[in-house]
Amino acid sequence: MTETMFSADAEHLLRELAPQVLGTVVRRFHDFASAEDAVQEALLAAALQWPREGVPENPRGWLIQVAIRRMTDQVRSDAARKRREEAAANEMESVAIPAAELGANEERDDTLILLFMCCHPSLSPSSAIALTLRAIGGLTTAEIANAFFVPEATMAQRISRAKQSIKSSGVPFRLPSREKRSELLRTVMHVLYLIFNEGYTSSSGPQIQRPELAKEAIRLARMLHKSLPDETEAAGLLALMLLTDARRNARTSPDGELIPLSKQDRTVWDQAEISEGVALVTSALSKGAIGPYQLQAAIAAVHDEAARSEDTDWPQILALYDLLKRMSDNPMVALNYAVAAAMVFGPAKGLALIEELGSDSRVAGHHRLDAARAHLEEMAGNFKAATDHYRIAASRTTSVPERDYLLAQAARLSDAQAPSSPEP
Amino acid sequence: MKYILLMNGSKAGVDTYRAWSKTDIQAHFDFLKRLNKDLTESGELVANEGLGSPEQAKAVRAGSNGTPITDGIFPETKEFLLGYWMVDVDSAERAYEIAARLSSGPGPGGVPTNMPIEVRQIMTRRTEEVS
Repeated sequence: MTETMFSADAEHLLRELAPQVLGTVVRRFHDFASAEDAVQEALLAAALQWPREGVPENPRGWLIQVAIRRMTDQVRSDAARKRREEAAANEMESVAIPAAELGANEERDDTLILLFMCCHPSLSPSSAIALTLRAIGGLTTAEIANAFFVPEATMAQRISRAKQSIKSSGVPFRLPSREKRSELLRTVMHVLYLIFNEGYTSSSGPQIQRPELAKEAIRLARMLHKSLPDETEAAGLLALMLLTDARRNARTSPDGELIPLSKQDRTVWDQAEISEGVALVTSALSKGAIGPYQLQAAIAAVHDEAARSEDTDWPQILALYDLLKRMSDNPMVALNYAVAAAMVFGPAKGLALIEELGSDSRVAGHHRLDAARAHLEEMAGNFKAATDHYRIAASRTTSVPERDYLLAQAARLSDAQAPSSPEP
Repeated sequence: MKYILLMNGSKAGVDTYRAWSKTDIQAHFDFLKRLNKDLTESGELVANEGLGSPEQAKAVRAGSNGTPITDGIFPETKEFLLGYWMVDVDSAERAYEIAARLSSGPGPGGVPTNMPIEVRQIMTRRTEEVS
């Protein structure tokens, strides 16, 4: 297949250009849904043609031209329908921005506008994720379907519905007002973070070509940070992703078993990602407007900077979780705070805090609460209680690797407690 | 998150179903077709299959040398899996909503069957960091 011969550089170039080309076409035709289809077709055409004929001198111009041709063809064939919709079209014309030559600022704005559109709060998270990966990430529907283990037809429908929602909600192609922007930005960051988390899935069965969602999320977060260099939370998000991704190679064994942070081989952590993440979060924190992504990044940085697990600066992590806890009423943050408190003051303190959390219905039946309790009971030397809670946690998690890990912990403890078995 | 919706029924239920009138069967088919169409269009359907009839079911065990020993199943005493729907949805509530719709499918005279639908979450391969 030609696709496999397609150089990584050319593919990278295509994906970088995708949102720029889309922005230009939407500006000209004022129709996001159709423009997105046309750009997708142009990207596919490039993926077939460029490996054979070489990358054109002006790849962006080439893509824009092909996409516009597709759009024009479609507009022509839709002419009859279009006439009926003329009144509506005129109305749209009056609110849309006129097509203009693209400067560096507009290019930056286009990426932002597209991100705000694809992550619009009217979309469900799964729709926003799919649309963002396609329209801005430049991934094909098949690749996105692979990434989420659903049939391509299902993913195609999800994307097309997402575009319909955007169309019917009448989001104009322009930057939102200052007041609206921070709320929309939160949604965008959340969607990017969900994409990142989705990347932490071990593939099962035969290795099929799956896009690396964590890397893709990092690329999108980098775009966002580049578009909004003064938004400290956007910097914090990128830093958090880099500082977490740095541990990727250490967090599972070659067999796919989970390895807890305290037992990871820190020599395989990605030092380049760590330095970049640390620099980003340090500079963001010094600017003032502190938010949850920066704090989580700072916590990840403290872990990443400890050469050995026992060197971890737990008092600092506890202080950061304390700040985070004040900022958001999130029981998972409170749970992490309890674990950090146990590392500073001993397991009794952590267990007491977890006990209090048990009455919070949002987290009471969550496997994470039991897993943390098991961990702290083990620290306290209460092996029976620890075993029980590892098993409860295993029955509550929805992740196979996590269940296997929790059952292995329970088995390890119960083997150690069992009297040596008599000879058969 | 993905869920599997399991439609279970007894041999007696299947026998009754086979005696439905043509109109009732057609109405039920139309209902299922419509449901699958909606789930495809909403981008939620992952897979949907019906299973062969309970009379064809076999219980298989390994014999001493690993060869299969097949037994018939006594259909009268058992609940059978008749079919399943796998969906990818944003919440458990949405999975329950789809299950309820399945359960509301028309039986004889258009009266909903109210069959119980078993809803189970499909495990992920997520490898989130553990402490």
